[in-house]
Amino acid sequence: MTDPILSIRGLTKVYGSGTEALKPINLDIRRGEIFALLGPNGAGKTTMISIICGIVKPTAGEVLIDGKDWQRNYREARKRIGLVPQELTMDVFEPLISTVSFSRELFGRRPDPKRIEEILRELSLWDKRKTILKELSGGMKRRVMIAKALAHDPDILFLDEPTAGVDVELRRDMWNMVRRLREDGTTIILTTHYIEEAEEMADRVGVINKGELILVEEKNELMKKLGRKVLHLQLTERLDAVPPALGEWNLKLSADGGMLTYEFDAKAERTGIPSLLTAMRDAGIGFKDLDTHQSSLEDIFVGLINHKRAAA
Amino acid sequence: MNLHGIWAIYKFEMHRFRRTLWTGLAVPVITTSLYFVVFGSAIGSRMREINGIDYGSFIVPGLMMLSLFNESIFNSSFGIHMPRFTGTIYEILSAPLSALETVLGYVGAAASKAIIVALVIFVTAHLFVDVQVKHPILMLLYLLLVAGTFCLFGFIVGVWAKGFEQLQIIPLLVVTPLTFLGGAFYSIDMLGQPWRSITLFNPVVYLINGFRWTFFGTADVSFEAALTATFAFFLVCASVIWWIFRTGYRLKQ
Repeated sequence: MTDPILSIRGLTKVYGSGTEALKPINLDIRRGEIFALLGPNGAGKTTMISIICGIVKPTAGEVLIDGKDWQRNYREARKRIGLVPQELTMDVFEPLISTVSFSRELFGRRPDPKRIEEILRELSLWDKRKTILKELSGGMKRRVMIAKALAHDPDILFLDEPTAGVDVELRRDMWNMVRRLREDGTTIILTTHYIEEAEEMADRVGVINKGELILVEEKNELMKKLGRKVLHLQLTERLDAVPPALGEWNLKLSADGGMLTYEFDAKAERTGIPSLLTAMRDAGIGFKDLDTHQSSLEDIFVGLINHKRAAA
Repeated sequence: MNLHGIWAIYKFEMHRFRRTLWTGLAVPVITTSLYFVVFGSAIGSRMREINGIDYGSFIVPGLMMLSLFNESIFNSSFGIHMPRFTGTIYEILSAPLSALETVLGYVGAAASKAIIVALVIFVTAHLFVDVQVKHPILMLLYLLLVAGTFCLFGFIVGVWAKGFEQLQIIPLLVVTPLTFLGGAFYSIDMLGQPWRSITLFNPVVYLINGFRWTFFGTADVSFEAALTATFAFFLVCASVIWWIFRTGYRLKQ
């Protein structure tokens, strides 16, 4: 990859307890992309982010930010990185605006009330700026965490499970915000175990399980390569059973007999759809509607992990 | 140097103190007054003078040191323990701050408050006794050095402690007894042997007597010995903190 903004080289973490949280991880993050790190709980997502951000010590390996070692050049590296941790940890007795200004100055930026106002307005927090943090709702607190991470204008943003326990509306807001940040040139790495989130947001997806990066792929490529599609056919007349003439397609008939389902491989050259439709016409089976559905990342993900387990 | 970062931590800590300003200042005023009532009036009336100094005045440096030790350790240990407890330490650890800068922010604020409390005690003492300071500049510098040293010590306690109970253990079980036995309220010359010699192993004796020397120009140990002991304690604490940041002890996994 040419000119990655962030390169992870052989990053390993073994905790004192002996738990191998990260097997050597190698990963390049492209400038300006949204990268989703997908994995079940305990897969090592947070450990990886925490090492990059300086919260956890690596056992081995290095991280390069624009080619520079992140520990030797920690000041420059950390000024460029913003982190929204998974937990809603904040100084609950502080007013909202103070805690956000604190974050900006902590990261070495001069106080800038105008910029803080912009950030708070962007996140719909401005009206609550004087509120003591403990009086805010969970959703608001989540926004505060983001405001704190953005307060020093980082160009690399880590979002660790940004929408865990967040309602649908806030989730949409957050996705929109992430897109706006990307448009402004921020590189975003988010971890999630909601496949929907990766599918919705990411340019590329990395799948991590038990400390191992199983796969890194363009999201669309991944979908194309591994995705299976399903064809639903709404029949004009109900059937009692799948006619023998359509046996070779391995169709499923819905319980009420009104819908036929055909599962096919989206990457295959011959999907079998035209011949199925011809066969149906010949058999005198009419349909009033049809749709195809791309299998979700979730299906892919579960498939990958099961595949790994079976191989092990 | 990340001056904005140091200042941010300092302001944050001082703001925390301001929230509890009145209790924070009322406690030392009341405690000092009680000490004067008990030691000054009840006992002092029988003691009169120690080394030519009125007993009421004699205990002022000891009282200031007693509060300075406790305030320094408490403020500093609480300051660093709180973010560890709530989890907000993530932000400090991920910020572009060196170990020195982080410590300057926390220790600077804790020492500021401890010195303010010591000075409030100094002013309160004037309500009861007339106490003159022979070397005022040295007195302030020494106050600064001792506050800084004990705040470093408090920082270590705050990192070491696994819970809020442990924060209390060191001040209660170590510092307060050593202070009471370290000549805060008496001259160690008043002790018989072997206690007098044993007392000289108590580091607090040097701290209190060094401070007392800046008030009266006379003390149980020489000012040089006191300064040496204080600097030695400072260096030990600073080395431990250096080690904490190098290894990430109880700060980073």
